[in-house]
Amino acid sequence: MTTERYVFPHKHLLGIQPLSPRDITAILDQARAFEEVCERPSIKIVPALRKKLVVNLFFENSTRTRNSFEIAEKRLSAEIINFDADTSSLNKGETLIDTAMNLEAMHPDLIVMRHSAPGAHALLARHMKASIVNAGDGAHEHPTQALLDAYTLRKHFGSLEGLRVAIVGDIRNSRVVRSNLWLLTRMGAKVTLVGPPTLVPQEMKATWPGIEISHDFDAVIPSQDAIMMLRAQFERGTGAYIPGQGEYSRFFQLNPARMKQAKRDVVVLHPGPINRGLEITSDVADGPNNLILDQVTNGVPVRMAVLYLLSHPHGEQVP
Amino acid sequence: MPEALGPCPMDPGQMEAALRRLAADLVARLRPEEEVVLLGIRSRGLPLAERLATFLRAATGAAVPVGSLDITLYRDDLTEMVGSPIVRPTEIPFTLKERTVVLVDDVLYTGRTVRAALDALLDHGRPRRVMLLVMADRSGRELPIQADLAGLRVEVPPGHRVAVRLKEIDGEDGVTVETC
Repeated sequence: MTTERYVFPHKHLLGIQPLSPRDITAILDQARAFEEVCERPSIKIVPALRKKLVVNLFFENSTRTRNSFEIAEKRLSAEIINFDADTSSLNKGETLIDTAMNLEAMHPDLIVMRHSAPGAHALLARHMKASIVNAGDGAHEHPTQALLDAYTLRKHFGSLEGLRVAIVGDIRNSRVVRSNLWLLTRMGAKVTLVGPPTLVPQEMKATWPGIEISHDFDAVIPSQDAIMMLRAQFERGTGAYIPGQGEYSRFFQLNPARMKQAKRDVVVLHPGPINRGLEITSDVADGPNNLILDQVTNGVPVRMAVLYLLSHPHGEQVP
Repeated sequence: MPEALGPCPMDPGQMEAALRRLAADLVARLRPEEEVVLLGIRSRGLPLAERLATFLRAATGAAVPVGSLDITLYRDDLTEMVGSPIVRPTEIPFTLKERTVVLVDDVLYTGRTVRAALDALLDHGRPRRVMLLVMADRSGRELPIQADLAGLRVEVPPGHRVAVRLKEIDGEDGVTVETC
């Protein structure tokens, strides 16, 4: 546990890329303290964000992430405004900057935003005084998902250092994978990306030189401590990159036959929602090695930690 | 009565004697039917509570449960602080219902820590009674809070701090009055 005085130096959480290992450790350590709050048999609320206004600004559909943030905010006693893009003036042609300026007039302290455009969060951060939390931007980053994945793995294994993690499936369209690559490699894990050549951009090795890329799931499985399955994102055009779902499943589905090749104590993660029967079978998704629901549970204390660390005036700030 | 202000109000031997006396005084104040638990306020209240539990067991033959309370999230100045103070888990592995809770801390000064501890405590359950035990009770209260039991009561002029040192955290025992 962290014992020394530490000031989280970031005003925003736009992605994992700007975070140092010390920052990541601070978030995960704080999450551990908030997990205690979430597990209390009595009152699961603390007054840490009392008098703070949080705006949830979701321009893309989300159930899991949005609910997780909202629970985290409520457990910290924040005041909450949920801004639904479907019924907003954006439908009348208002720009993101106009929306930001109008929100600014309400003096929010934190804005949690999901947007389809990579960089939308950075744009907002330049125009608002509030701290911005990226809840997913296109195929760019999803930092709190990576943090909760790391929290789940650290809780299970004790440390991320030296852990062998395979991230499998639709790498091309995944924002989860980019945040996880920044985080896992920075914390000393050995990452292998697995998927069909069309869905694993080779240029990723230039950004993360330490990673390995494989198109042979069966060859990779036996050496892994954790297998992180990704959702095949057909709404983002994944179908155009594969011959068919049957062939995709044949080579890249995590199923009982492949689990037999894995270490007995391997763990299985998935950011959800799951395409059951496509990238993972139900008996594996619900099996004894899965940490999928742990990921959902851990999302709340991790997001509480992020909101808490961003909610205070900082000393010297870095983006 | 306030004790004389000096550079070293308590040495290790005096601190151990004070803890033994506090344990005996606590036993004397409890009714036979009371189920008592100790809650140490992090960070120095926890080792003090653990030591007290040892003395209580020696005195009564019964094990007294010990938990810890982190009051950071309940501080009344939390939203104004620069940087987020590190929060450590609160650990109360027992029910508080119908128990007598003894809050244990190193120094009672403004009373704001104890106010926060009471808020935190009541979020965990509804004890039958709450008592406050501190190693050093110093002047400078800003809230109407007082200790039930204190190892040392000391008047300290402004610009001074009372520091309780513990071997578990600081490598040595003792109470000192220092200029800020």
